[in-house]
Amino acid sequence: MQPILLTPRDLAVSSSLLMLDGVLSLALGLALHRQLLVAAFRMVVQLLIVGFVLRAAFALASPALTLALVLAMVAIAAREVAVRPEQRLVRMGNYRIAGIAVAFATGLTAILALTTAVRPHPWYDPRYAIPLAGIITGNVLNAASLALDSLLGGVVRERAAIEAQLALGATIRQALARLVRQSIRRALLPMINTMSAAGIVTLPGIMTGQILAGLDPVEAVKYQILLMFLLAGGSGIGAAAAAFLAARRLTDSRQRLRLDRLARR
Amino acid sequence: MRGLRIVGLRSELAGPFDLAIERGAVAISGASGSGKSLFLRMLADLDPNEGEVWLDGERRSEMPAPAWRRLVAYSAAESGWWSESVADHFPGKALDAARALAPRLALASHLLDGPVTRLSSGEKLRLALIRVLLLEPRVMLLDEPTGAVDQATALLVEQVLRQRMEIGTILVLATHDPAQPARLGARHLRMVAGRLEGACSQSC
Repeated sequence: MQPILLTPRDLAVSSSLLMLDGVLSLALGLALHRQLLVAAFRMVVQLLIVGFVLRAAFALASPALTLALVLAMVAIAAREVAVRPEQRLVRMGNYRIAGIAVAFATGLTAILALTTAVRPHPWYDPRYAIPLAGIITGNVLNAASLALDSLLGGVVRERAAIEAQLALGATIRQALARLVRQSIRRALLPMINTMSAAGIVTLPGIMTGQILAGLDPVEAVKYQILLMFLLAGGSGIGAAAAAFLAARRLTDSRQRLRLDRLARR
Repeated sequence: MRGLRIVGLRSELAGPFDLAIERGAVAISGASGSGKSLFLRMLADLDPNEGEVWLDGERRSEMPAPAWRRLVAYSAAESGWWSESVADHFPGKALDAARALAPRLALASHLLDGPVTRLSSGEKLRLALIRVLLLEPRVMLLDEPTGAVDQATALLVEQVLRQRMEIGTILVLATHDPAQPARLGARHLRMVAGRLEGACSQSC
């Protein structure tokens, strides 16, 4: 089955729904029409750019360009992870931890999927590598930023409790264990919610897209299941990496709690 | 040399400190913010510091930090709690031992079965002291161990501390009570702007 291709006219017609939102905003005094317009404009421009960049990347099929695009996505996600917490590690610590966590989790999960499950030829075919890396990066971003935020916030809040354990001869690993566990747990809850609700509360976007594009629903579901596993794996790796790296950065060779390495934003 | 020997212990905020404590107690008084807590934290190696400390001839720097802190245990003025229930802070046999010690510090033993949130600050301080006592450390670093309790209870706490000193435990404490050093038979030193006054140098 061939997908039904959209013409610019189709899009123009559907944009009239946006006008409806604008009218609503004016009528109810929501003062949102300007923001709506800007957001919609941004969305159209950003997506068109992505579309053309991807078309070019697929046509070129250059491993270097594919890698560069994936790295750009990872860098943007890592920046988001780094700036989210209220607490900052000195000397760009947040950026370093976020960069390692996102790159490691995305790289590992994407390469695993491309070499064992999807198996395009070659395995780094941009048509598969870029979208896969993109959706994994998005989920890793969520998990890693939750983990980093709750760990950095937690050490400040629970300083007395952590140091009381150290003062009685606990190792820093023991003293931080509870907090590291809590941080990773919190980071993984959204993924568990998504998986539990998948198909019942929500029709996942990827699956919907594939069905609209003409794929058999069961085939689309299989892709979605694979993706969910990838995203769950990526989230776990990203969250654990962020929490462990941050915990390591907050201690030293004498197993002290080094809150002097934190600077409030 | 037996006991605690401190040479050139300093950080950006306090020191240098030179002090030798062979046995017994040293009580440090001084204004809030003068550096009493910083000194105790440095001794416990909880804050970055330079210099060297020996315990019974063993260098601190040659000992893993957790092993040092078990021997030289510190109790902060603001006690820390890492679980909701009090009993979780006394794992295994420690709970029975804590129950046995509690009455001697005027603590009802049922406090050990409740949540931490129900403790007063004075009760927390004494239960935190019990945690240190149960470790049976060689040196106890106590930051205002009688800070939030009445005079009668303070005397009970001091009695327990004196018994520990009798079996050879060294005590270093920060205090705001001017009569406490004498009651404990402690050497009394004053902390002024990050320096110990009345402390003798290595020569003594």
